[in-house]
Amino acid sequence: MSDRDSAHALNVARVAFIPKWPLRIGFILLAVYVVWAMGQLDVTWARFVDGLSAGQKFLGRMFPPNFSAEKVEMITKGLLESIQIAVIATVIGIGLSLPIGLLAARNLMPPWVVWPARALIAVCRSFHEVVIAIIFVKAVGFGAVAGIGALVVGSIGFISKLFAEAIEEISPKQVEAVRASGAGFFAVLIYGVIPQVFSRFLGFASYQFDSNLRHSTMIGIVGAGGIGGSLFSAFQRFDYDFVCAILLSVIALIVTAEVVSNYVRALFNDNLALLDYLRNRRVAKLSREKSAALGAS
Amino acid sequence: MTATNNRSIQIRGLTKEYKKGVPVLNGIDLDIPGDGITAIIGPSGTGKSTLIRCINRLIDPTSGQILFQGQDLAQLSGVPLREARRRIGMIFQEYNLVERLTVMENVLTGRLGYVSAFKAWLRKFPQEDIDEAFALLDAVGLGNFVNQRADGLSGGQRQRVGIARAIMQRPEILLADEPTSSLDPKTSVEIMEIMADMAGCRNIPVIVNIHNVALAKRFCQRMIGMTGGRVVFNGSPAELTDDHLKEIYGGEDWLE
Repeated sequence: MSDRDSAHALNVARVAFIPKWPLRIGFILLAVYVVWAMGQLDVTWARFVDGLSAGQKFLGRMFPPNFSAEKVEMITKGLLESIQIAVIATVIGIGLSLPIGLLAARNLMPPWVVWPARALIAVCRSFHEVVIAIIFVKAVGFGAVAGIGALVVGSIGFISKLFAEAIEEISPKQVEAVRASGAGFFAVLIYGVIPQVFSRFLGFASYQFDSNLRHSTMIGIVGAGGIGGSLFSAFQRFDYDFVCAILLSVIALIVTAEVVSNYVRALFNDNLALLDYLRNRRVAKLSREKSAALGAS
Repeated sequence: MTATNNRSIQIRGLTKEYKKGVPVLNGIDLDIPGDGITAIIGPSGTGKSTLIRCINRLIDPTSGQILFQGQDLAQLSGVPLREARRRIGMIFQEYNLVERLTVMENVLTGRLGYVSAFKAWLRKFPQEDIDEAFALLDAVGLGNFVNQRADGLSGGQRQRVGIARAIMQRPEILLADEPTSSLDPKTSVEIMEIMADMAGCRNIPVIVNIHNVALAKRFCQRMIGMTGGRVVFNGSPAELTDDHLKEIYGGEDWLE
């Protein structure tokens, strides 16, 4: 009997997969909440079908998009302003993010420096760019200056935090070796820290540029400069074919920017690898020509 | 050479506690001669690395003195500490090269104590430093790897760069924290040879932590045995007997 008891105890102890009840209950509660919230907000299939006809009318008036000479001029002017806002805001924002991110890195700075820097970053991160843009429009008036200010604040909130985290993840061994040579603080930074985070930092910066470009086409809605202003007034005039032209132009701009920034990232990320790649291509081309010449002879 | 005797180190009552009341180094008294290679042997966790790192103050000792050229290294901070570190080269177990810098940039890291941070950033090192870096890389057999990034090197190659970087400081003493523990036996001997040659012809005394007793006996003129945060042997390799090794490492089954 004692044998059977112990075997039984063994069986109980040897369950291969223990059910995770808290997790299951969590998912069930989430599903229940979504259904309940949809009821609260009158999200029903009938409401959706009802909306479709309005959508059809809207889409019908959007096409064909209005690319008349006068509109193209407005779009070009708006897009150029958006690009300028994005570039200026990214450069200033990243320039400010470098020191702030450094100050917020716990492995390099004492706590009395880290916490104020982290508080500043948290404040910058609290609001969406459009909300900050509204505040800037009220503070400095309509136009591009307000847009630049808003995107600078947004960039600081994003880049400083990622940069601080990247610095906190570096290998302390490499830093230790540079310190052991008698290097001062800035030399340790330049030789021990920056090389370890530089490529990640470039990644953050180009991502932030993409994101600033998207935001810069949006903040015009609240009067902070760029193409968004034209978009908003076109909506208000029910000028939907112009809206469509603007949206298509914005998509073209964003896609172009993404292609360019991918290229730039590849260029900087691993410049040695890129040189290898170019050299290999030349070697491959030469050997192709050589074999072609051999084949001809 | 008697002229190098000002490169000796006197350690007095050195104690380090990471946790209060649990000393890793327990009142070390030690005279390290100003020439030749001194090996420190002992089981893992006995404070060998801590002892070496207290000398160039990568670790701050809890109490005690480390006297070098009339200065107590244990008391230094700020600029005097940096100036003392410039005179102390260090070689690491895991090489500790800056992975994304080139071999040349890693070697010139040894001059960062002398060149302003701005000039170092622009890579404007004095020409004599650059010439010396080339000569050192040729000497350690890496003349063809100057512009290669450190993360593309093998372990043995990395440690050669580590040696060149330490020698680049024109140090007056060289610390080596288990420089061969991550390397295969053949490469270990090569690295010890390079280190011994480089230090020997420049009259730089070397303090090396090492696990391989045979390798230590082959290259070192003096051996220090540590166990439990204390020094239990201090003498020439010839004087080190199996009884001493039993005392240092405990047990005897591992002895052949």
